[in-house]
Formats: sequence, C-alpha cells, structure tokens
Amino acid sequence: MAGFKGKVWRYGDNIDTDVIIPARYLSSFDPKELASHCMVDIDETFAREVKPGDIMVGGRNFGCGSSREHAPIAIKASGVPVVIAASFARIFYRNGINIGLPLLEIGDDVEKIKAGDEIEADPATGIIKDLTTGDTFQAHPLPGFIQDIAKAGGLINYVKQKG
Amino acid sequence: MGMNMTEKILARHAGLESVKAGDLIVCHLDRVMGNDITAAPAIAKLNELGMKPFDKDKVVLVPDHFQPAKDIKSAGLAKTLRDFARKYDIKHYYEQGRVGIEHVILPEKGVVGPGMLTIGADSHTCTYGAVNGFSTGVGTTDLVVGIATGKAWFKVPPAIKVVLTGKKHDGICGKDVILHLIGLIGVDGARYQSLEFAGEGVASLSMTDRLTIANMAIEAGAKNGIFPFDEVTKEYEEARVEEPYEPVAPDDDAEYVRTVEINLDELQPTVAFPHLPGNAKRVADIKEPIAIDQVVIGSCTNGRLEDLAIAASILKGHKVNPRVRCIVIPGSPAVYQEAMHRGYIDTFIDAECVVSCPTCGPCLGGYMGIMTDGERCVSTTNRNFIGRMGSTSSEVYLAGPYVAAASAVLGRIACPEDIK
Repeated sequence: MAGFKGKVWRYGDNIDTDVIIPARYLSSFDPKELASHCMVDIDETFAREVKPGDIMVGGRNFGCGSSREHAPIAIKASGVPVVIAASFARIFYRNGINIGLPLLEIGDDVEKIKAGDEIEADPATGIIKDLTTGDTFQAHPLPGFIQDIAKAGGLINYVKQKG
Repeated sequence: MGMNMTEKILARHAGLESVKAGDLIVCHLDRVMGNDITAAPAIAKLNELGMKPFDKDKVVLVPDHFQPAKDIKSAGLAKTLRDFARKYDIKHYYEQGRVGIEHVILPEKGVVGPGMLTIGADSHTCTYGAVNGFSTGVGTTDLVVGIATGKAWFKVPPAIKVVLTGKKHDGICGKDVILHLIGLIGVDGARYQSLEFAGEGVASLSMTDRLTIANMAIEAGAKNGIFPFDEVTKEYEEARVEEPYEPVAPDDDAEYVRTVEINLDELQPTVAFPHLPGNAKRVADIKEPIAIDQVVIGSCTNGRLEDLAIAASILKGHKVNPRVRCIVIPGSPAVYQEAMHRGYIDTFIDAECVVSCPTCGPCLGGYMGIMTDGERCVSTTNRNFIGRMGSTSSEVYLAGPYVAAASAVLGRIACPEDIK
C-alpha cells in the first residue's frame, strides 16, 4: 500500500494550537526551531523522541484555537507526514491542506487507535490500517478542488500551477 | 430557498446569484489582514516568490501581538511588516502610537463594515460579524495568497441560528452571553458552521457586547458569527465606515441546521473555568472561594471603552486586593485617551492597577503579565487553554469586566454585589 507507515503518538480531544506550539516560541517561524518545541506543554517527550514517519493521532476538534500556521508547520517539521483525528478544527484543517500536511478525519473510529500502534495511512485513498490490531479505517474524502490543492502539495503550489 | 446573512455576503463576493451550505466558492476580498506573528512569515514568502499586494488599500497590517517589541526577534517581526508597508505604501498599516489591538481598531476606524468580506490571519477575525460583515480567521498561507491575489476559497458553512429572547439586564455583558452559549453548545458545537444571531434580544446588546460575542464565535469552533444590521449598527457606523456599505439581512425562508435559544432575562454573571472556554459556570454556583493572583482587563474581546467604563465603575473608591495584580490594557489609543478624559485611568491608578499601552500581550502568553507555576488569573480575554498565559500549571478563568473588576477587589472570583 502507498502512503506512510509509522508509530502512533496519541493525543486526546480539543488539542489546541497553543499546546501544539506555545506562543512564547512564535517570535520565530523557522520550521526546525518550531518543531523543537512541538507539544512541549503537554508532552515533553514528543519533540525529543519523535522519529520521521511517526504519525500523530488526536481526538475531536484537533487544532482548535489560534490560527497560527506555526502549529501544522511544527508538526510537519517534526517529520510527521500525516495527522489523523476524529475531527479537526476548521482553521487548522485549512492550514494543514494549505501547507501540504495531509489530515485524515475518521470520526469515532479513532478511539480504536492506541498510542504506540504501528499504522499505515494513505492520504490519496484515505485508507488507514492499524497493523498492531488489524483494524482498517476509511477517512472522509476531501471535497472538490480541495483535493487538487492537497495533490499540488499546498495552496501556493496550486496557485502557481493554475498561473 | 432563501439565504442567510453569511450566504448573502459570500454569494455577493463570489459573483453568484446564490450559494448554499457545502458549496465550494472563490470570493473577492474587501480586506486581508495580518499581525506581527502571522504577517511576518507571509511577507517573507511573498518576497521570496516575488509577489506584490493586489491592492495597497485593502491589505491591513497590525503589529499588535508582541509589540512594542518584547524582544529582539519580535522587533524583527515588526520590522518585516514596517518595511513591506513602506515599500508598497500600505494604507492600513499602524505604527506604534497609532496601533491598537487589531479587532478593536478595525471596527473602531471603520476599516471593516457591514456587508464586507474580510479574512485575517488571526482566529479572532470573526469579530467583525458584529457590524454585519463576514469575516473569518485563516493562516499564513491563505494570507499570502489573499495579499497577492485578493481572493480566497471558502466552503459555504451551514448556519446555526442563535435566537436571543428577552433583554440584557444591568450587570450582564456580552461576555456572559457568549460564555453561556459556548457552555451550551460546546467548544466544537459550531465547528465548520456559522453562528447567526437573531431575535428581539439583539436590540438590547450594545455594539461592544456584539463585538465581544462575535469575537468568541471561534471558541465554539465557528467559521464566523454574524449580527443583523439594526439601529445600533447604523448609529455605530455613522461617520465611521470609510466606504459606502451594503448591509445584509436573512431571508424569511433562510436555511439553518439548528436553532439555539438564549433568554437574556435569565443570564447571570458567568465564568469559564480552565482549560476550555466551554467550561462555563455561573459565579453564583461557585461553592468554595477561588483565590486569584492576577486580573487582566483588556484584549480584542473586552478592551473597548464600555468594558473599561464597567471596570472603572466597580473599582472606583476601592483598592485592588493586596495579593492581586490587576492589569488594565486599553484596546486602542482612542480607547486609552477617552478613558483618560473620562477619569477611568485615574480610577484604575487610584485603585492600584497596572495600566498598559494597547497590546495583545498577556492574552496569548506573550508578555506584560505572564504567570508562574500555580498562579490563577481572572481574565477578560478569550482562551484559557493549558499554558495560555504562561506556566502550564497556571490557570485562566474567563469572565467579563464586571466579574474581573470585582474579583480584583476581593482577591477571589466574585460579582460586583459581593463587594460590601
């Protein structure tokens, strides 16, 4: 299967952008610098131990709060290729699409994915396989031209391609 | 099928006769706004790509979050905005001494108005729904594309109708309405949706109340929150909004996914407990006293003249509790100056408050009131997330200016009537 395979970093409901990247680090917009502080206020191990390819999984309303694009950038620069959640807050969702960080929304099925599970996720098909438990999930598809933005790798590439 | 207010503004700006919930559309933007945190990376990207502003009069740059600069890096963010504004002669750029908190100064100066469509790289951009506009928060990439092209894509949101019945009573303010609403529907209760306010109760809400309410629509997950255009709006916009404007009203058969009713007669002073704006409780229901270390009165939520008038009316003749620091932050130079003329600033200083220049400062844990481990703050700001105002073990309790000022005097979460 195409897509990404990695270990799950599991978080709960209403993970806000203030905890993804606290405001005290926002005087920089260097992705590596932001990644070094990602999640620090609720999980000091993440920035230290995350491996490229690891997958972040959250509950409901992931990415609520501030519009800071520094949040999806910090996650992406941590090497996380895709985020899965029950649902995403809308500005975070938009920002994720715009910067080319795939976000897969799977509703309550997310409860079955546990911390440390090995999973495969394919943003192109929306199919997620939990290799630890054997479960398979189907993410909600992106609507209309939003798919094209995602395929282009983000909004700026999309605008450039369209001329 | 008729359209609601949000649909009408979106349709008009997409050049369409009508739109409905779920439609994907591209709209022309009346205003594209960013602040020092979000616009600096956008400008770096624009410069890198060799892109220019689509219209120098429609781009708005507000250095308010970490300014006057809190450190060297923040000074760099401000310089990025300043250089860009000078290079392209950006009309709505505000230097220190002219700048206030973005969502206070834009309505105040009439840069945003009824029927207008604004995106802002700040989540509280939804504030301008108070003046019957459509406005929503976006990130830096949307800001880049918005500045360069004057356009943005939208998915037309389904709308929730919030019917306000009864009328607002003394001692109640917009903050109590919105905290009650978020408590009712939850922090994701309006996710991907719009909040459209309606009902006879709207007339009893001042423009300040409406700005506070629309400001926190995002805390229920909403894309925007919008008020109808009425006499209050008309009076507010008199000699204020800089361009001719076209208000919108919902059609009688406009579509809503659900209706939520709030009886303003029954509202009581409300506080949102840590660590979500949806943890709303009535102050009267707090059983054990909650001692506090700090009070913040200000922000894009409650930093307007009426908010300071309320705080001053409570603090007059009293002192801030000796265990408490009370930080008052007027939201704009005009608010600051008028508060001074009316004697509110004297009242605050007599009561031994700190009075700061306009800035977002402590609201987002920037500076000017950061908390250490275990401290508690009653704040008129909009978020009480973990670590929002400093240490991850500090706590923020959200409230309106009545409760904040009374709490400052008593050193615990309290209502004005608790002051003997």
